[in-house]
Amino acid sequence: MADHPALKVDDLHKSFGAHHVIKGVSMEAQKGDVIAILGASGSGKSTFLRCINLLETPNSGDVYLAGEKMRMKQNRHGETVPEDIRQVERMRSRLAMVFQGFNLWSHMTVLENVLEGPVFVQKTPKAEAREKAQALLAKVGLSDRADYYPAHLSGGQQQRVAIARALAMDPDVMLFDEPTSALDPELVGEVLSVMRDLADEGRTMLVVTHEMGFARDVSSKTVFLHQGEVCEEGAPSELFTNPETEQFRAFLSRMN
Amino acid sequence: MDLIFEYRSQLVDGTIVTIQLALASLVVSLALGLLGAWAKLSSSRLAQRLAGVYTSVVRGVPDLVLILLVFFGGQVTVNAIGYSTGLWGYVDVNQFVSGFMTIGVIFGAYFTETFRGAIMAIPRGQIEAGISCGMPKSLIFRHVIWPQMVRYALPGFTNNWLVQLKTTALVSVIGLQDLVYNAFTAGRSTGKLFTFMAAAFVIYLVLTAVSDLALRALERRYSRGVVRAM
Repeated sequence: MADHPALKVDDLHKSFGAHHVIKGVSMEAQKGDVIAILGASGSGKSTFLRCINLLETPNSGDVYLAGEKMRMKQNRHGETVPEDIRQVERMRSRLAMVFQGFNLWSHMTVLENVLEGPVFVQKTPKAEAREKAQALLAKVGLSDRADYYPAHLSGGQQQRVAIARALAMDPDVMLFDEPTSALDPELVGEVLSVMRDLADEGRTMLVVTHEMGFARDVSSKTVFLHQGEVCEEGAPSELFTNPETEQFRAFLSRMN
Repeated sequence: MDLIFEYRSQLVDGTIVTIQLALASLVVSLALGLLGAWAKLSSSRLAQRLAGVYTSVVRGVPDLVLILLVFFGGQVTVNAIGYSTGLWGYVDVNQFVSGFMTIGVIFGAYFTETFRGAIMAIPRGQIEAGISCGMPKSLIFRHVIWPQMVRYALPGFTNNWLVQLKTTALVSVIGLQDLVYNAFTAGRSTGKLFTFMAAAFVIYLVLTAVSDLALRALERRYSRGVVRAM
């Protein structure tokens, strides 16, 4: 079997009405890659990420997960829709997402949040899932909060639970949608350090972020989106010291 | 007191009819309320419009008018259809069925709004979190939407239910022997109308107090994870 990239996105387009938000973005992540996606607000970076697991349906373009193509078709109104929702659900479960607003289920405890996916989506035996969930909570430093409800946790703690919830699915690729943007500045560090550990472990991650330090130090590749297109991409060491385009230079100077 | 004891079986029977009527109509209105909320939140224009017509018509007309309309109008309609098609002879429309269906339909409109608001109160991100970990729609409904919807809907539900329970008193006008009908009849035949209406008064209060207690327990159960203001 040929070695497929962990994730491949091919010529993705997305419009909201007449507004063309993503204009043909392609991206490839090998196993273990950490791709930081940068861009000003409105550059389409979050939309791009949300198109990968079909939280938004792209108008065209293909997504491949370890070589498997997410099959889409046209419905009778000419809209692009999934051909097989079961396949989409299966692929989503291998593409865990961490949101800007944490999005923990507020009526479930921390442990229940982490158990939900493995037990009810992947049908892992409960005892096994529980053991793993506890190990993951220990990993994100929240073993002692297993029985708390999300409302009783700080933002940083909630985001670490959300990361544990994503990890519990044993995803092939993790999608981070501005994971630190909703946090108070003093809580950003604890979340970034968990993400750094994941990168060191060889997790494949796509991270939409405003954290330049994380992109520069942790990512294996940085992509700068501008007005729905890839404006510049490459190794962060190269990109940050030698920005080629005027847009990226201007963006960097605004961020610093 | 002796008088009430003497007529206790009428009062008990009437209370039972009232409770049955209230519960039967509750089942109808819950089903219609969920259906209506689903229709109003669906992407189908037709479903939205039908639900819109339903809630605005029902909420815009007095309950008593609808009850009389359905009972007498229903009687005429059913028999007119039977006569013209020759499929059935003269039918007496059952008061109980027509009563609980009408009340169910009326309160279904109020529950539609209660449930719609409750579903909309659930943060969209929690549903997206379910979608993004591959949960099928039915699982998202059962594990994410339903438990939280119940919590948001309970205060409105309690309110609707209390009004619904009391609205069953209106069916005495179509001759259904509920608590009001029996108390009124006993009062008139003994000439002690005040005594019997006072008894009905107390019985209604007991019914509403019991419902209130039960619903409060339910509210506590569904408030998992909610931070209460001190």
